[in-house]
Amino acid sequence: MDIYREVILDHYKNPRNFGHLAKPDTVAQEGNVTCGDRIVMEIAYQKQPGRTLIRDIRFNGEGCAISQASASLLTQKVKGMDIKRIMKLTVKDILVILGVSLTPTRIKCAVLPLEVLHKAIEKVH
Amino acid sequence: MFDSSKVRQDFPQLSRRINGKPLVYLDSTATSLKPYAVIDKEREYYTKYSANIFRGIYKISEQATAEYEKAREKVASFIRAPSVNEVIFTRNATESINLVAYSWVGRNVAAGDRIVVTIMEHHSNFVPWQQLAGQRGIELRIWNTNSEGELNINDLDKLITRKTKLLAITAVSNVLGTINSIKSITKLVKRLNPDCVILVDAAQAVPHLPVDVQDWGADFVAFSGHKMLGPTGVGVLWGRGELLEAMPPFLYGGEMISEVRVEQTAFKKIPHKFEAGTPNIAGVIGLGAAVDYLNHLGMNQVRHHEEAMLIYVGQRLAELPEVTVYGPRDARRKDGVVAFTLQGVHAHDIAQILDGQNICVRAGNHCAMPLHLHLGLSATARASFYVYTTKSDVDALIEGLKKVREVFL
Repeated sequence: MDIYREVILDHYKNPRNFGHLAKPDTVAQEGNVTCGDRIVMEIAYQKQPGRTLIRDIRFNGEGCAISQASASLLTQKVKGMDIKRIMKLTVKDILVILGVSLTPTRIKCAVLPLEVLHKAIEKVH
Repeated sequence: MFDSSKVRQDFPQLSRRINGKPLVYLDSTATSLKPYAVIDKEREYYTKYSANIFRGIYKISEQATAEYEKAREKVASFIRAPSVNEVIFTRNATESINLVAYSWVGRNVAAGDRIVVTIMEHHSNFVPWQQLAGQRGIELRIWNTNSEGELNINDLDKLITRKTKLLAITAVSNVLGTINSIKSITKLVKRLNPDCVILVDAAQAVPHLPVDVQDWGADFVAFSGHKMLGPTGVGVLWGRGELLEAMPPFLYGGEMISEVRVEQTAFKKIPHKFEAGTPNIAGVIGLGAAVDYLNHLGMNQVRHHEEAMLIYVGQRLAELPEVTVYGPRDARRKDGVVAFTLQGVHAHDIAQILDGQNICVRAGNHCAMPLHLHLGLSATARASFYVYTTKSDVDALIEGLKKVREVFL
């Protein structure tokens, strides 16, 4: 299967939610040293009784099409989502969002944005 | 010059088809393919005289020992070592460098002294010195390159002082292909400080260029077998005899002792003092066969062939203005390694799309992260050549890169 699907190339070339938030509640960064990928996630929360939602989110960084498209698609998916649900997202969910099957080395690229997102939420919650 | 299309017939992996298409192997800098001669030699050990060395009284053990030591002689003469006893077998170049770090530097360099390394080192010749420096209060100084990835020998005036105890330098950059003029460097270093010891990482040099350790004038030279058509798991450290003799063992155990009593142990002489435990016997014997194979081709011819490939790839890459190549522009100062980027496409994606056409290149920082940071690059793609590389491999790479461009641009 071609991993460079239209949707992946589109999100790589025109990333959604790319940039910075004026006042993020939490920020985390992680890199994939062997490939030179780097992802930063910035999150603003919306607190509601008994739950915390993601009000807004931005990402930035650099890397391969898979890591960048994965980050872009992930930010779209989690906006407005309860962070408890986000913490339960796994590699499988990422592969579903991307709609491709990947080799072990590329799975690392795909899952990096989710790891950064989890790290950011764990830091400030 | 040898005919690389004939040479290819000696490498079984090159006849492999994946999804019905041939393999285009352009990652020999990571590890080389192995010819039948090497595979058959290892097999010969395992099927004919598989016994431990140095201890059996019986014939097959004597035969294994003789083959093992014959490989040492072959390696010694391949690098023009003055004595066969100065050739130590290790696991790889990394272990060879660590041996020097623990047994020589650890004993002879103290707080306040200085170690100099270049920015173009592979992590294997960078991290051991960085760590040792941090632990012992040794000053670590970096010898930087210019934007073309070349060192300026005049920088040595400032870097080499009375306090400089070690210069660790690669002979050939595994990213840029830069060929450092080791002979002129050692000459100047020894003039500035005769006591400064020079360790050369020759992992990318010994497989690709004629190497003469005496002509180089260095003190230690480290390299790996698997990058020179030999098996994985065997490396070499060459060192000047007087230094090796004065050094304590690196690893203790069997095979490296002459006598053990409850109170004390007497060690063997070099090189066996540094070869504790049962070594990679098959690997060493296989490396001997790799040396024979390279000698048969001729190292000058190997170098000429790679230079020709380098010139050809340079011409063809000109068809792709989006491609930037790093390292020296002059093929005479560059080994058969081409690190490049394609504007707008991450190295990983380049490698992935090329893999779709069975073209094997490396993507990332190639175990040389300090160099990539120095050049302001997060990742590069790298194609590297060897004796079995042909113009059609280069053509396949160019066509592959055009396809990458199609997908992304």
